[in-house]
Amino acid sequence: MNKQQNHQPMLEVKDLRVSFDVREGEVQAVRGVDFHVNSGEVLGIVGESGCGKTVTAQTLMRLIPSPPSRIKSGSIRFLGEEILHKSEKEMQQLRGSKMGMIFQDPMTSLNPTLTVGRQITENLMKHLKMNTAQAKTRAIEMLKLVGIPGAETRINQYPHEFSGGMRQRVMIAIALACNPALLIADEPTTALDVTIQAQILEVLKELRGRLNTSIILITHNLGIVAGLCDRVVVMYGGQIVETGTVREIFSHPKHPYTEGLLKSLPRLDTSKSEPLIPIHGTPPDLVHPPAGCAFAPRCGYAMRICQRLDPALIDCGGTQAARCWLNHSKAQEAKA
Amino acid sequence: MVRYIAVKLLYMLLTLFILATATFFLMKVIPGNPFLGEKKLPTEIYNNIMEKYGFDQPLYKQYLTYMNNLIHFDLGTSMRATHLTVNSIIQQSFTNSAKLGIVAIIVSVIVGIGLGIVSALYHSKAIDHFTSIVAVIGVSIPSFVIGPLLQYFFGVKLGWFHVAGLKEPLDYIMPTISLAALPIAFIARLTRSNMIEVMNADYIRTAKSKGLAKSFIIHRHALRNAILPVVTYLGPMTANIITGSVIVESIFGISGLGKYFVLSVSNRDYTVIMGVTLFYASILMIARFCTDVAYVFIDPRIKLAGREGNG
Repeated sequence: MNKQQNHQPMLEVKDLRVSFDVREGEVQAVRGVDFHVNSGEVLGIVGESGCGKTVTAQTLMRLIPSPPSRIKSGSIRFLGEEILHKSEKEMQQLRGSKMGMIFQDPMTSLNPTLTVGRQITENLMKHLKMNTAQAKTRAIEMLKLVGIPGAETRINQYPHEFSGGMRQRVMIAIALACNPALLIADEPTTALDVTIQAQILEVLKELRGRLNTSIILITHNLGIVAGLCDRVVVMYGGQIVETGTVREIFSHPKHPYTEGLLKSLPRLDTSKSEPLIPIHGTPPDLVHPPAGCAFAPRCGYAMRICQRLDPALIDCGGTQAARCWLNHSKAQEAKA
Repeated sequence: MVRYIAVKLLYMLLTLFILATATFFLMKVIPGNPFLGEKKLPTEIYNNIMEKYGFDQPLYKQYLTYMNNLIHFDLGTSMRATHLTVNSIIQQSFTNSAKLGIVAIIVSVIVGIGLGIVSALYHSKAIDHFTSIVAVIGVSIPSFVIGPLLQYFFGVKLGWFHVAGLKEPLDYIMPTISLAALPIAFIARLTRSNMIEVMNADYIRTAKSKGLAKSFIIHRHALRNAILPVVTYLGPMTANIITGSVIVESIFGISGLGKYFVLSVSNRDYTVIMGVTLFYASILMIARFCTDVAYVFIDPRIKLAGREGNG
């Protein structure tokens, strides 16, 4: 840990705020998010639907159309450069070559009218200036790498000739073709069967070791996080509510929301058959975000202060921090 | 592919046969015949004519004779302009209609798709509103209004073009505009709505995430997917435009095929009615066939029935 602190992290996001202007007003999808990714690390971003994780991820690549989206403030430093100051041309140089992305639905994420091969090679030809033959060789290599059998013939086929899992493999091959420093995987397994999910995660795990690519894995599935990630960021209502290493988060969650997520997850490692406990209620309205803690209405531990004041991220020792008044020094004193 | 074409051709012939039969009998159901004009012919002459054309024979015999001639590609002679065979009428007038028609088709495809793409990309900006207005005008003003207006302003007032006729290349401009206005409007609206839909598709986002330039994304990833419905419309449109429009042809004094669609019926010119109908049907079927084949090249998901699958 100490060694890495001397280095600049590969990706550093500070106070990122993104809003959408809609008829009802301004939807504050991301409300001041800070996190970083070190090189070679896998960061998990966890949260339920609508918590701002996908918006955060797509903002990293500046993929969200604007309008209606608006980046209100913040900074994203990637490989020492500020992403938010870049022109569209400069972003095009970065996308696909230095950062790649896989999306949730492999059934619609590939162009139905182009062969799989062309969809990989166009990337290579643009960024690595390869000629057609070189790009084709490399594309076959990539397809083999992600575990597609018969890559030499498959490369000339169209997406509709592939199954969902195979298409997601193709997406991974496309995203990794130029050997990017960062891979953003936005719910890469959500649309797939459970058995296929495991295969795709296996591919990611293996490639992570082989290519030394940093990965941001966005998911609502804590099981996936435990298997693949080094560190976790838990998001709720457009904010980060807890961050720490996988071990820290899973063994002693410091935010009631994280705790709730863990309790609602079935466990195989305990002999007791505990009932799963759901988190009641609905996520906050982000057009009119609450003044206090966004989770307070659903929180079993909510105190009076939670309704009035939004807590900051409070250090909980180690690398862990949580946005909860329970971790405030005064609350800790009262407990003691 | 070969099998597909063979099957398709067989169906076309069958359709033509049914069409010819239906037209033949429908035509006979209409009261009167080509020789019952306002001036009454002396009975002997009338009977002679009836005998000459075989109209005195039972209907089924007339039908068999007609079909027999049809198989030999003989459509007979016109009953009004007796010096002309129907084959030569179609040949001559179709050449004129087709010349104008092809120009109009090319113009409407290029302008229509172009306008559609531009207004989709500049969605709800000034250029999009402009295109919408053009499209509404094109759809709502009929060619018999556009044609004379053009003639009046550019032909009579400004004197830029000849009011009628198709002698010089410049003469094509006004009839082309009148003929292409509707298809342009239609294609532009079709392209626009499809293009907007496609530009929001997931695979366009994937293409963006690869760092491809916007122009490249549009022509390689978006256009092909957006153009499919336009191709569907193109088949029947081609058949319609290429066989000529009665209105545009009569406004601009072009001796095309269009006028025969109307003239032959009001004259009860049996042979010309049959010839023109069958000719139009053939063109329509060929155009549709071309559309089907074009699909296969544009969208790999579509396979022609009868073709062996290879994947």
